[in-house]
Amino acid sequence: MQIEAMQIKAIQIKAMKNKFISLSASLMFGLAILVSGSALAVPEIQHWQSDNGARVMYVPVEGLPMLDVRVVFDAGSARDGELSGLAALTNGLLAEGAGGLSAQTLAERFESVGAQLENDSLRDMAYVGVRSLTDKAYLDQALATLSAVVAKPDFKPQAFARELARMKVALTAKKQSPSAIADEAFYQALYRDHPYAQPPGGTEASLARLNLAAIKAFYQQYYVAKNALIVMVGAIDRARAEAIANNLSQQLPSGEQAAPLPAVKPLAESRLVQIQYPSKQVHIYMGQPGVKRGDEDYFSLYVANHTLGGSGFASRLVETIREKHGLAYSVYSYFLPMREAGPFMMGMQTRADQAEQAVTLLQSELEKYLEEGPDEDELADAVSNIVGSFPLNLDGNNKLLGYLTMIGFYDLSKDYLNTFVERVKSVSQDDAAAAMASRIDADKMVTVIVGDIAAGESAAAATAADSKGSSPRE
Amino acid sequence: MGGVWEPDILSSSTLKIKGFIFIMRIYISLLVLVAAISAATLFMAEDAPALVTPAAENSSALEMPTEVHAFELANGMKIRVIENHRAPVVVSQVWYNVGGSFEHSGITGVSHVLEHMMFKGTPSYPAGKFSEIVAANGGKDNAFTSKDYTAYFQQIASDKLEICLTMEADRMRNLLLNEADFLKEVEVVKEERRLRTDDKPTALLYERFNAMAYANGPYQQPIIGWMEDLDSMTIEDLSRWYKYWYAPNNATLVVVGDVDADAVHELAREHFGALAAIELPMIKPRQEVEQHGVKRLTMQLPAEVPTLIMGYKVPVLISAEAPDEAYALEVLAALLDGGESARLSRNLVRGQQLATSASAGYSLYSRHESLLTFSAIPVKGVDIARLEAAIIKEIEAIKKTPPEQKEMDRVIAQVLASSVYEQDSSFYRAMQVGILETLGLGWQVKDEYIENIRAVTAEQVQQVARKYLLDKRLTVAVLDPLSLEAATVNGSVPTGERHAN
Repeated sequence: MQIEAMQIKAIQIKAMKNKFISLSASLMFGLAILVSGSALAVPEIQHWQSDNGARVMYVPVEGLPMLDVRVVFDAGSARDGELSGLAALTNGLLAEGAGGLSAQTLAERFESVGAQLENDSLRDMAYVGVRSLTDKAYLDQALATLSAVVAKPDFKPQAFARELARMKVALTAKKQSPSAIADEAFYQALYRDHPYAQPPGGTEASLARLNLAAIKAFYQQYYVAKNALIVMVGAIDRARAEAIANNLSQQLPSGEQAAPLPAVKPLAESRLVQIQYPSKQVHIYMGQPGVKRGDEDYFSLYVANHTLGGSGFASRLVETIREKHGLAYSVYSYFLPMREAGPFMMGMQTRADQAEQAVTLLQSELEKYLEEGPDEDELADAVSNIVGSFPLNLDGNNKLLGYLTMIGFYDLSKDYLNTFVERVKSVSQDDAAAAMASRIDADKMVTVIVGDIAAGESAAAATAADSKGSSPRE
Repeated sequence: MGGVWEPDILSSSTLKIKGFIFIMRIYISLLVLVAAISAATLFMAEDAPALVTPAAENSSALEMPTEVHAFELANGMKIRVIENHRAPVVVSQVWYNVGGSFEHSGITGVSHVLEHMMFKGTPSYPAGKFSEIVAANGGKDNAFTSKDYTAYFQQIASDKLEICLTMEADRMRNLLLNEADFLKEVEVVKEERRLRTDDKPTALLYERFNAMAYANGPYQQPIIGWMEDLDSMTIEDLSRWYKYWYAPNNATLVVVGDVDADAVHELAREHFGALAAIELPMIKPRQEVEQHGVKRLTMQLPAEVPTLIMGYKVPVLISAEAPDEAYALEVLAALLDGGESARLSRNLVRGQQLATSASAGYSLYSRHESLLTFSAIPVKGVDIARLEAAIIKEIEAIKKTPPEQKEMDRVIAQVLASSVYEQDSSFYRAMQVGILETLGLGWQVKDEYIENIRAVTAEQVQQVARKYLLDKRLTVAVLDPLSLEAATVNGSVPTGERHAN
């Protein structure tokens, strides 16, 4: 399906540890697919606060002798301020030397017990965590090392210089990826002076100004207990979970929770951004600021978008753009709720000379949908697919970890998983249509087109002149 | 429908990945894990090789042999079931023993296009109906094509398994293959090719690297096919391919989840049992000819970041004169790149700071002799030749001095831990069984894996390095960027209308 197809693409670009641009991906796939089921034992989330103010979320899972522990901070690139890339580099430096141990020693301490370190910095959140076996000797070593990485990073000049150089190469590499160029332009056009506008990986100008003092100050402000969420999923009991959470958070100063982000201003008008790039395909993104995580219309919008472009081959966009016209391999739409209004986006790629046709189709599909909403069958299909597939989203520790991170970080109701099915089922045809119509304004869309626009236009003109073109596009 | 599994090892994003190229945590998708064991994967995956050890004495407690229930139908179809009652869901996969490496020149990509066409309907279930029914039942479905196999899968509530099996059995023999559908779908595939390969300089480099590394072996062909072959492909090519390969005696059903193995056997017999076995085509061996010296390729493409790929022809489990050589190669790759503490990160990224990223990859599960690859991106200002020399130096170091016990222990610890972690994903477990069965190795190989890795000695690692990592087995490809700056004009046009046109 479409989503799956995108995931396959994700594999291919090996972007798993992409510290700088994976925000949308993680939330979109990890969380937007969430849905709910029926005869399923939905796990009860246990939650408490550590002694010095870190929030803790935990689900015990028996069966496999493994544990995932993740410490999440409100310390994503939305906190970068004038120094775009600051959050990402701070997060990236954690394991490059900590507690007096070198990067090599830290890595050996994890890997010699088969533990896997994870860390990433997105727009809203930054996190660091570990997956470990629960065998005591293994787990103790993994956790002690994690604790050093979270609470005692050394931020040595040499590591700083090395990682900064790598970020600069990453930035250069973005220039050879039309989708990365489109992504950056899209966020800039959507968010203008809001912190979400800035690329998490920084810009050439901002990276040139990054310095260790800023890194240390950022770390001291945001990597603190009151700004932290500790998430655990695995085969440990409650007492052990409490001890782990306390040990981790005790190393951190209590500090203060990060201040609220500014609200996202709606777009005043439509905007077209065209970027000439010598690729075979044009990448097209269309959208506008959507909703916050926890928005009251979220479930209506989620169900509504499922029909528009959120359910692969069952969606209108795939039916029209791919199945009927053969224009694209991948076409989709999604809401990506964030701390403040995350994007609503429709996206696709197509041969350059088909760009205009594609944009017109995307736009008309959206307008039509805003006008009529899902029909009765579409709504029923969307609800049954979402409800029916809910158990698939809970069948692994990794998936639960993703849910807990989202629920905890965005302070959603702790019975989110337990009530999800009911909330989806309660969405009516009118709810879905009304939510879309009231939240999306088709007259105020950002459209980003990256590709060989000039060549595409002349080729399209030539094809139009010679209507007997051999390619079966209709 | 689904994708081609061709590792785009060096896409630009690789850079941002630091050492954790293999840690696949952000995309929670199971497919992600799956890439880890794909025979097509160049990278060593998170769940593949790695190390271990403080508690080596009780580590055997972690070895949890998988209970695979194996059945054969009278028509030759293989059924493999793993019961896993953690959640009321099931993964169902039908594997066909056909993929890109079965194709001859001129029809490259036909396996993958056929995979797309498998969603275009039968007399009983018209185009799109398959996925629609799966979706209506709360499931997800897709498919993928690799060098050595093609597989179709569903993830669904376990009480809905029969629906999937009914429809899979139907499309195994009754596909419509309508020409109008094909003409549209092949355009979709061309878009897929543009997306995955043509517009990604590093993917293009990797494609041409393979085309050069193999003189006559079928891994020289891209799974997605050459654009020229897609342009000239016909519905007859697809019909022929379908008739050749899509039959019960060329297929394996793998089911993992909240099911009863005997009940699955019964369902499989009911739905697939009546399908007739066919006579499968004889396939030519296409054994790779001997190489006599280093092969080199430089590609000048619009890009920004220089990139290096190196690959040595090495045996795989199937082709190895002695299977332990394949396991030794697996350990060798893990020593070089089984994590942040492994040699490439330690010496090239952090130590000498020549590489922004550097990785090694090898998969012992493939149908033909394969490659142990290195891929690296230099630090700005570092010459590619210098980076290549540094990688060669790492190889020579292993040839000269056997790896330390500490490193060997690390690999075993990682292998053991991964064998636990991977059970978090039913999809991944089904993948492992599907690959091993389709290659004809048998699922038991998976359970023997830890033991075989543990048996590898430091001297064996040294020996395989000496025997196979030689110039006469080496191919080197370099991406020499033609700057994009000149070609890119950045224009942003505010407009009151929605579109400029």
